Amino acid sequence: MKTTDTPPPAAPVENTVPPAKTDARRPAAGSGEGGVLNVFSHGVLILWAFMVVLPLLWAVMASFKTDDAILSTPWSLPDRLHVENWSRAWTQAHMSDYFLNTVLVVGGSLFGTLLLGSMAAYVLARFDFPGNRFLYYLFVGGMSFPIMLALVPLFYVMNNMGLLNTIHGLILVYIAYSLPFTVFFLTAFFRTLPTSVAEAAMIDGASHTRTFFQVMLPMAKPGLISVGIFNFLGQWNQYMLPTVLNTEPETKVLSQGLVELATSQGYKGDWSGLFAGLVMAMLPVLGAYIVFQRQVVAGLTAGALK
Amino acid sequence: MQHGKYRFIVGFLALPLAMYALFVVWPFIQSIYYSFTDWTGLSPEFQAVGFGNYRRMLEDAIFWKSLQHSLWLVLLLPLVTLGLALFFAFMINVGGRRRKNAVVAGVRGSSFYKIAYFFPQVLSIAIVALLFQFAFNPNDGMINSALAAVGLDHVQPNWLGDPDLALYCVMAVLVWSTVGFFVVLFSAGMASIPRDFYEAALLDGAGRFTTFFRITLPLLWDTVQSGWVYMGILALGAEAFATVQIMTVGPGGPDYSTTVLPLYVYQTAFRDGQAAYATTIGVALLIVTLAFAAIVMRLGRRERLEF
Repeated sequence: MKTTDTPPPAAPVENTVPPAKTDARRPAAGSGEGGVLNVFSHGVLILWAFMVVLPLLWAVMASFKTDDAILSTPWSLPDRLHVENWSRAWTQAHMSDYFLNTVLVVGGSLFGTLLLGSMAAYVLARFDFPGNRFLYYLFVGGMSFPIMLALVPLFYVMNNMGLLNTIHGLILVYIAYSLPFTVFFLTAFFRTLPTSVAEAAMIDGASHTRTFFQVMLPMAKPGLISVGIFNFLGQWNQYMLPTVLNTEPETKVLSQGLVELATSQGYKGDWSGLFAGLVMAMLPVLGAYIVFQRQVVAGLTAGALK
Repeated sequence: MQHGKYRFIVGFLALPLAMYALFVVWPFIQSIYYSFTDWTGLSPEFQAVGFGNYRRMLEDAIFWKSLQHSLWLVLLLPLVTLGLALFFAFMINVGGRRRKNAVVAGVRGSSFYKIAYFFPQVLSIAIVALLFQFAFNPNDGMINSALAAVGLDHVQPNWLGDPDLALYCVMAVLVWSTVGFFVVLFSAGMASIPRDFYEAALLDGAGRFTTFFRITLPLLWDTVQSGWVYMGILALGAEAFATVQIMTVGPGGPDYSTTVLPLYVYQTAFRDGQAAYATTIGVALLIVTLAFAAIVMRLGRRERLEF
């Protein structure tokens, strides 16, 4: 074992790339291939990190500059912190209204999604009845269908019901379009929970409904948090649904409002106000992500891993 | 007991199912039906026209352009995104300097990279698109002024204004915003591959690139495949719609060089007032989506490796 270990097993590689070998020997005595790769991988990784972070930092910087400075010297630091950009965006450009609308819509639809999604998922995961599989696939199938196709008739369905351009109408639509993933994820989650606790509760005389709310739902908390984070981000960042179904200025949500701002500010030339608005919308989510980093990553990747 | 059970099932399923049926399933069925009519959306009256809309679609040059761009996105976007993400994830997890007692090692600061790369994933695609619309601005944008600053004054592309470049700009933005998610996803997958596999490969004389293609990629294949489907649906869905609609001139321009199927459905229905024809294009989008998912599932089928 020892003898095979001492010459680094990179012999075939050394022959094909001789310059890499000589370069590597100097910094890292020992594993030559590892040394080059180490420098190379750090270089590439740092480059991409720059490409990700730089535009975001640039936007923060631009939000504190004057319009002239943004256009003439895009890469320079602001001469002083022009906080008035922020207050102008918050009041005159209606960012405060957009924030309020978004909070209302996302608050309502997140609660509804988790409640209705867990109810449906629990029944589909734990009870045997004719049509169970069919309903499950009906829900899950919604994940892969192009939503735009449904939005054309949905616009007129909503219009006839008087739900177009209303906050509550948007909440109902958000819930309906969040159900496929929520049901898919929570069904799998409820299946992994032990049956014995629920059976014990039933023997003690609890009804099905009570067992669900007082025993099963608390047990499903980790799953609810994951799918809750997933839905929160999806609904907070939603752009396509409100663009089609919610076109009145008073009920616009954040993402739409920003696009609206960009179009109108483009004519007025108020770029600093636009970037203040952008950063305003960006920071709460980024801040929350940095604080709850682990949970957010777990919540967003949960669906894709097995 | 039995009676109670069914009452409970019905009681719990009624509301979610009703909402799902009303807002999702019913519009889907309706739209397929409408694609065979001449419904404008503006008046409630319409007549069945058979395959008229479909014949019109086959002769519609803008439809073919949209389809071509959408197919191009579906092919290229997963390839570039997943390729880059696999590369970064491999660098983060296996690219580090070899340490004592460890055959493979992650680079230093790997958790920093994972946090930073993930940033775009939590931002709204609308914010990302707006930011890059400004970055691509040919006169005062971030990119061209950075190019000028490093002495490339003569290289000042028109980016979104150039019909040959605009679609690639859109694609770059979508790649930028999705790579981080897959880096984190693949990193988690790579971390769960047993170290002994790498050890054995190194003892047998395998370099890191052989290790990647012979060990890491096959063991990660399931995740890569579901990522492929996810990226394809994204390239045909809301994200592609949002980036094109927000960033490009027109939107969909210049000269229809960036128009994609979901955008064309939207414009036909809500700008041109031709709801029935829009649903016809939507049906084409549905067929493309389902065909894509079926092809990936078929091509990607491999023996599942348990470890």
